[in-house]
Amino acid sequence: MTHDSSENITEDREPQNESENNWRRYFSFSTDHKVIGVQYMVTTFIFFLIGGLLAMLIRAELITPQSNVLDRPLYNGLFTLHGTIMIFLWIIPFNAGISNYLVPLMLGARDMAFPLLNAISFWILPPSGILLISSFLLPNGTAQSGWWSYPPISLQIPPGQPINGEFIWIVSIVLIGISSIMGAVNFVTTIFWMRAPGMTFFRMPVFVWSVLSAQLLQLINLPSLTGALILLLFDLSFGTQFFKPLENGDPIIYQHLFWFYSHPAVYIMALPAFGIFAEVLPAFSRNPLFGYRSLAVASLGIAVVSIFVWVHHMFTSATPSWMRILFMFTSMLVAVPTGVKAFGWTATVWKSKLHLETPMLFAMGGAAMFLLGGVTGVMLAAVPFDIHVHNTYFVVGHFHYIVFNTITMAIFAAIYYWFPKITGRMYAEGWGKVHFWLTFIGANLTFFPMLPLGLQGMVRRISSYDPRYQGWNVIASLGGFLLGVSILPFIANMIGSLLYGQRAVNNPWHATGLEWQTTSPPPRDNFEEIPVVKRPPYDYGDPKYSVIEPSDYHQGEK
Amino acid sequence: MSRFLEYLLIAGYIAVLLVVSHWIGQQAYSWMPPEATAEAQKVDSLFSFLTSIGAFIILGLVGMMVYSVLFFRAPKNDYSEGHPSRGDIKLEFLWTAAPTLLVLWLAFQGFNIYQQLNILGLQQVVHLHTPLEEPVYAASSDDKPKGAAETIDVFVKQWDWSFRYPNNFTSNELHLPVNRRTRLNMHAKDVLHSFYVPEFRLQQYIVPGRDIDLVVTPTRTGQYKLKDALFSGTYFALMDADVHIESLEQYNQWLSQTQHQPTTIKNQAVAEYTQPPKTFFKSGWYTVAPEQRAIANERKVMNDT
Ligand code: HEM
Ligand SMILES: [Cu+2]
Repeated sequence: MTHDSSENITEDREPQNESENNWRRYFSFSTDHKVIGVQYMVTTFIFFLIGGLLAMLIRAELITPQSNVLDRPLYNGLFTLHGTIMIFLWIIPFNAGISNYLVPLMLGARDMAFPLLNAISFWILPPSGILLISSFLLPNGTAQSGWWSYPPISLQIPPGQPINGEFIWIVSIVLIGISSIMGAVNFVTTIFWMRAPGMTFFRMPVFVWSVLSAQLLQLINLPSLTGALILLLFDLSFGTQFFKPLENGDPIIYQHLFWFYSHPAVYIMALPAFGIFAEVLPAFSRNPLFGYRSLAVASLGIAVVSIFVWVHHMFTSATPSWMRILFMFTSMLVAVPTGVKAFGWTATVWKSKLHLETPMLFAMGGAAMFLLGGVTGVMLAAVPFDIHVHNTYFVVGHFHYIVFNTITMAIFAAIYYWFPKITGRMYAEGWGKVHFWLTFIGANLTFFPMLPLGLQGMVRRISSYDPRYQGWNVIASLGGFLLGVSILPFIANMIGSLLYGQRAVNNPWHATGLEWQTTSPPPRDNFEEIPVVKRPPYDYGDPKYSVIEPSDYHQGEK
Repeated sequence: MSRFLEYLLIAGYIAVLLVVSHWIGQQAYSWMPPEATAEAQKVDSLFSFLTSIGAFIILGLVGMMVYSVLFFRAPKNDYSEGHPSRGDIKLEFLWTAAPTLLVLWLAFQGFNIYQQLNILGLQQVVHLHTPLEEPVYAASSDDKPKGAAETIDVFVKQWDWSFRYPNNFTSNELHLPVNRRTRLNMHAKDVLHSFYVPEFRLQQYIVPGRDIDLVVTPTRTGQYKLKDALFSGTYFALMDADVHIESLEQYNQWLSQTQHQPTTIKNQAVAEYTQPPKTFFKSGWYTVAPEQRAIANERKVMNDT
């Protein structure tokens, strides 16, 4: 289709002298989408570890009802940075990384549409993250007003300190936003124009559909957050009064602008995870993806509906009744396309031939836990119930079931699944399973207790609490530490396998999809020859993919 | 024949699921604190209903997954196809239409209960000080304050609640007569706060510069805690107040007695500001200083807002 344009790009690329095993290229300003993808994934994983450490400190404080581990300003700074890092420096940019790696391969393209822009998008990220985290070193520390940064509380800063935590927070989030916008332009263009001959929209993998939907949301909604933050910066540092209630400003307008982006952000994070499920579940159940077209279209459906639901975060913000009711209806509608996805996954697995390797365990575990996240989400959409549990741990439990138990599980599924493709080596299956079970048990121990705590009225963001809430909190904290431990076998496995793992064949899982037709790892320009697509996706009925390749790729740990 | 058996099994499974999820829905009442207002009962029945439906969906799908894991395993190294079916229009239509109807039903149920809460007085009325936004938020016809027997002013600031009763008596305890509609007229001084008593099942942000009304009808005597639910800065966790629901006689008695015996109370935030607890990590980062209020119960018009 637009295959010619991708060949033109090859001309003005950097010289091809980067050898396959030259690790230095991962520290260079490379324009290869695969290198950039790996750079994103590794960088954001480091941020994930930092965010996780902060979470464990928070949980350490919450083991006992009293405030005895962290003083209050520090605690407030920790949950602010924890939430901010996890969202803006882990899940969203990790998705940009894995999408960067996979989308051109899945489309049969040689690279992203704008390779240089791609490199710039990535290189904005590490300095912004370091800037944000370095605010711990300021005399009065980090931002302390939560990742929502609601005014007027976010405007209460140490007098006489123009450079303060809040200031740094705004600047880094705006920078990260700029990087995301650049990325979004690149993804949308790539998906529209760089598809291989024969790769029609309805032959694209669902992963690509979901990346397209998520990146469209970035384009449409992110400017609203950027605008809000710039106005907030003016209020903070230059004496304007956009959001100051006692000086004719309106703090509620900030909430509208903020959630207009930050609700869809949930789907910017979740859609790629749904895409990963749609790749992994069919491959390990040897079934075509059940209802492929509806699942593909449901991605767009989720994106569209999610633009119109932001007020469900503001049901108690002096929001008039008509608005509450209207947004209750729209919020509940999101359940329809997401339901279609969940049914499709289950039907794919039903009456199949399951292979329970690590990626499949993570995908099934994540899909199962998504059900609890989704159901509690529908509950929260019901205004009368939300008015009871808003700002309690019920909400914290709900969104961690989504962001950790679904999305982070999907991310692990993706890492294991594409590890052989990316590194050319197999990971150790046994350690993968250990990692899965520790994570699955830890995740439920950590986040399930938050639901009953919230129902009983434990407010979020408190550093000390009524002793009657202690029981569930102890379980959640121990679960949190288990989650911390669970990451160790993962890191060991990744590094060990990268260095000593068995060589992987091109298609160790006998999966369909163009990325499996090239070598592991793929060459600089992805394909020896641009493939021509002639078959539907997820063609697991086709004997071509059912033949066993003569290799012993599977016993990774042996 | 075996097909018939399969359908029979599925029907049996669904029947069991229905019973189990109904039972779980009934349990849901006990997961929440006692119901202390007329509103609370409505909210709880909505939650119970949502829980039953949610349990049905979760158990149904997780059941299918677990069954698959147990019975549909491939022999090692068998990479042949499971079954070639790529979709089924009828089934897909069904599972799009069914959730659509289901969520519409849930939304209408929520809407109904919301209406009933409104009649009870949950609906807040927002008055504005700033003329600029009047057209947007001005009380529309259905936003009329509901009749209430008492009006209590609620003043909230970092990090302190106080309440002014109709006789101009001000206290840091909230006393409410049982079974009477009481209007709370809420004012925030500095930042956003949120009025939240878990047993009341309601929550309302209080925005500085706006007067926000909330009408409650407590139905159960006892002592509860009012919390600030919206993060309001350093000493947020310490910001609660005692709520007493009592008979009208006791309420009146309290009003007349306490105002003759002012007591000094300890504001927790102030106490901690002057004497921070010994924590393992100390950052010493900046915090807004809480204001001391020496007298807990006093009879004086406050000019707080
Ligand atoms: C993918 C990973 C995660 C994401 C995206 C995430 C996201 C968030 C967000 C957005 C908040 C709200 C912060 C705020 O209120 O300003 C939060 C709070 C919190 N998270 Fe996480 N989180 C993740 C993992 C974890 C883990 C692994 C733990 C436990 C060890 C954890 C424990 C907590 C706790 C205790 C809070 C504080 C709740 C509160 O006081 O409101 N989170 N998280
Ligand atoms: Cu939302």
